Amino acid sequence: MKKTDTVIIGAGPVGLFAVHQLGIKGLKSIVIDNLDKAGGQCIELYPDKPIYDIPAVPECTGEELTKKLLEQIKPFNTEFFLNERVEEVKQDKENWIVKTNDKNEFLAPNIIIAGGVGSFEPRKLSVKEAEKFEGKSLFYAVRNKEQFKNKNISIFGGGDSALDWALELSKFSKINLIHRREEFRGAPHTLSEIKKLEKDGKISIKTPCQLDSIEGDTNIESITLKFDDGKTEKIKTDIVLSFFGLIMKLGPIAEWGLNMNKKTIEVNSENFQTNKRGIFAAGDICTYPGKLKLILSGFHEVALASVECFRRARPNEKYRFEFTTSSKNIQERLGKK
Amino acid sequence: MPKITYKDKDGNSKVIEVENGLSVMEGAIQNDLPGIDADCGGSMACATCHVYVEEKWLDKLPKAEDAEVDMIDMAYEPKKNSRLSCQLIVSDELEGLTVTTPEKQS
Repeated sequence: MKKTDTVIIGAGPVGLFAVHQLGIKGLKSIVIDNLDKAGGQCIELYPDKPIYDIPAVPECTGEELTKKLLEQIKPFNTEFFLNERVEEVKQDKENWIVKTNDKNEFLAPNIIIAGGVGSFEPRKLSVKEAEKFEGKSLFYAVRNKEQFKNKNISIFGGGDSALDWALELSKFSKINLIHRREEFRGAPHTLSEIKKLEKDGKISIKTPCQLDSIEGDTNIESITLKFDDGKTEKIKTDIVLSFFGLIMKLGPIAEWGLNMNKKTIEVNSENFQTNKRGIFAAGDICTYPGKLKLILSGFHEVALASVECFRRARPNEKYRFEFTTSSKNIQERLGKK
Repeated sequence: MPKITYKDKDGNSKVIEVENGLSVMEGAIQNDLPGIDADCGGSMACATCHVYVEEKWLDKLPKAEDAEVDMIDMAYEPKKNSRLSCQLIVSDELEGLTVTTPEKQS
């Protein structure tokens, strides 16, 4: 079990700034996120979209904001646990034990939940047979492409992931690329490659249609597509890959005994503590009278939460408010002196 | 204020007066109507405010921009009359609009 001063759940902008606010107070933290990289919604939902309401930053994209925040917290050498989701939170006297689905365990007096709208998970196929094939012949991500060699593969989706994997896997397998409309959304270069492979008979494009059913016993044997004109087509398939993006799921957070209001966690607006002492919530996931779901509100929330985190992590020390412009301590922590 | 009808998959419907300038999504959220999640808060990034628009309204609504159509690809069971309700801004012209929420949003 790893000990730290604060476990931060969520590596979005608010979680990252929490590292900073704790760090300048001399507190250590670790960050856990279900995505494979830091940035949260900024990186997953709108990496290229400009944001115009970060104070003193007239315009920046979600990706730029994430980069800058990571740069800002570099001095604190914070450890990140990515591709991991927190499953369980348990009280241990004045501390909390946090367990992830990757069997990591942490002990800390404080938890800051900066989990946005929950963890990102792939959107699953809605036909009822889908579940029993998941992980065997139906996949929502490609981890090891070797297992997809010399197969009949049906790929669903019209975006970059679907197109990129269609290209890649067509090198050694027969591909059906299936989309609900005729237009695909991808880089022009990728689209022309796909067209070329279609001519060569390596990729067969099925549009506009949707999945009607999956047939098979233990493994998928075929799928049936339903076209917009009502016609159906059965195609032989060993593997189905589905790329319909990610959705956000609150997940286990709802079971930690926190006072919830729909999908948000109730906090006080003095230190953003929840009904459980030592568990804080900040950013989009918290709610209090007047709450605005803005990145800048989240920054404010973690700044205040970090003060109470300090009091809990260092009960024998007095908290002193300090400015970064004048505090030798802070400047040392930032590696400036 | 224009009246918007929100129907669920079972045919239950509720008529809500929504102020001009708000989105059809906001009209639902502010009135605690189930069936529209709007996880991303209206930034056209999540497809959880997906609705089916009554056929006769399809051509009367401002056309969906590319980004919305791309996002609808990610929605649960999209159809020809699918729209994201965060992109439908209420105005007097939308008086009487009926939208149906899908079986689920995610």
